[in-house]
Amino acid sequence: MPDMKDEDIRIGVFICHCGSNIAGYLDMEELSEYAEKLPHVTFVQRNLYSCSEAGISEIKKGIMEHDLNRVIVASCTPRTHEPLFRSSCAEAGLNPYLFEMVNIRDQCSWVHMKEREDGTDKAKDQIRMGVAKAALLEPQEPIMSDVQIRALVIGGGISGMTAALSLANRGYEVVLVEKEKNLGGMLNQIYKLAPTMTDASALAEEKIRAVTGHPNITLFTGSKVNAAQGFIGKYQIDIETESGIKKIDFGVILIATGASVYTPEGLYGYDGQRIITQLEMERLLKKGLDQGIKNIVMIQCVGSRNEDRPYCSRICCQTAVKNAMLIKNQIPEAKISILYRDMQMYGVENEELFRDSKAKGIRYINYDSVQPPEVESDKVRVYHALLGREMLLPADLVVLSTPLIAHEDAVEISQLLRISIDENGFFLEGHVKLRPLDFATDGIFLCGSAHYPANIREAVAQGLGAASRASIPLSQGSVVVEPIISVLANEDACIACGLCVALCPYGALEIQKTEKGEKVHVIDVACKGCGCCAAACPQKALDITHFRDRQIFAVIEAGGAEAQ
Amino acid sequence: MSKQFKPKILTFLCNWCAYAAADSAGVSRLQYPPTTRVIRTMCSARVDPVFVVKGLKSGFDSVFVGG
Repeated sequence: MPDMKDEDIRIGVFICHCGSNIAGYLDMEELSEYAEKLPHVTFVQRNLYSCSEAGISEIKKGIMEHDLNRVIVASCTPRTHEPLFRSSCAEAGLNPYLFEMVNIRDQCSWVHMKEREDGTDKAKDQIRMGVAKAALLEPQEPIMSDVQIRALVIGGGISGMTAALSLANRGYEVVLVEKEKNLGGMLNQIYKLAPTMTDASALAEEKIRAVTGHPNITLFTGSKVNAAQGFIGKYQIDIETESGIKKIDFGVILIATGASVYTPEGLYGYDGQRIITQLEMERLLKKGLDQGIKNIVMIQCVGSRNEDRPYCSRICCQTAVKNAMLIKNQIPEAKISILYRDMQMYGVENEELFRDSKAKGIRYINYDSVQPPEVESDKVRVYHALLGREMLLPADLVVLSTPLIAHEDAVEISQLLRISIDENGFFLEGHVKLRPLDFATDGIFLCGSAHYPANIREAVAQGLGAASRASIPLSQGSVVVEPIISVLANEDACIACGLCVALCPYGALEIQKTEKGEKVHVIDVACKGCGCCAAACPQKALDITHFRDRQIFAVIEAGGAEAQ
Repeated sequence: MSKQFKPKILTFLCNWCAYAAADSAGVSRLQYPPTTRVIRTMCSARVDPVFVVKGLKSGFDSVFVGG
């Protein structure tokens, strides 16, 4: 098709009215008359709604009746409608990559509603640019790649164990890597879980028993991932275990590395004895409290929502309220005050727990971050922001609610697997709403507090969700990749300088020995088609299919020319 | 000076961010001058410096890269 003769190119242009969304603001007649005069355009049709069943069948009819080999739809945005029109082309027997979309609604009629003439001129230019691109389009075939039916789960806390079990129960082979000697993670240090007050160690034991006894799960404790390469379907991982390095291939990877609790060194006189963290409080509760403790003060937002850590750790409010209730169970006459900035007790059960705690006599005192409480030898001084006066609270025990912070290993793992972390060091999902458990890199998934502080219930839900996401490529056995990728268009020009290899954010390029010497090689399935390699290549040896240099040049030239 | 100068701006927009933003400007009916001509790329990193030069040589008055 690239060497198709110029006169053989037959472009059909379908111009959508989108009801009055486009037709109300642009001169549609002028647009279609203009499109008819453009090179290679053999058929132009206006439709009320191109995406309706009638519109789609008109496109298919146009392709077949007018022997079209390129199709343009000038309508809304390719971000929502390109897949639909591509598949319509395919149904009519046209390769879907011989389709081009021109946006004359979202980026034209809707934003130039009071400039009919200039808006119509813009739409004419955009259609001319689309025609220039369409003439140079090439058919593409989807890229298929096999998937190694095995999952790697990094992290043996509650979310990692849940994900591993979920995948193993579906019949997939799972390798679970845990850095510590024991599974269970944070769960091992917690006493009881809100809001049901289930025993944390009982839950941990149950999960650990299921994981260790599962025939589909291979467990490496005291181990870590220390080298990784590859892409979805074929990740080659080196696991450093107690019995040496194991080299194993995986189709998918789940990150469940959890988070750490911030130790408030130097804050509020923290000493780990009388002034402790909520996590240390859990340990005391587990042991059973000294009955001599009568007055307890908890301080919220210690080391969080400040300049260093601007985020809210989200689970500390519920932890504080839960622990206050558990203290009341052990020492009913204890006086407990919780000094807070804002209470985050989201969800039905948490709100109920919050109400119950007030009924049990737990006091809530609002403080302002500009005037934080002061911990003295046996009391806490706090300015009650709502009452507008200072209070002195006796304190046998001061409990500081510190945030979960990103795990120290997160940076290393993010570099090994080329996955993103955010400004606070937590792993960053592919899309906050559309891909909350995926990474931008295909085949790697995320669950639990590695992403952001999560309570057990959320960690479990995310573990199940990530396992479900990861099981898609595993059950398919192969992955289909959009064939908009980098290609070595001019092998002779490549000098194997490696600039593209260093720049590629997806690890999709490598230098290989060939008969012509060292040359770059594109790993099709790993490439996302971003094109940074082609833009950077000093030899212009690389190009991007569907966005080739000559295609973009033609579009630029067409756009720069004046409308006739 | 009979006619007011209307610049013609060649605009490269990344499919995943700036192009999406331009779409949502449309959804919100935010009005702006009809002087841009848009080329969508799969990433702003696709924009070769040569494209910028080519744009200026082809008749555009300026080039905008959004990504």
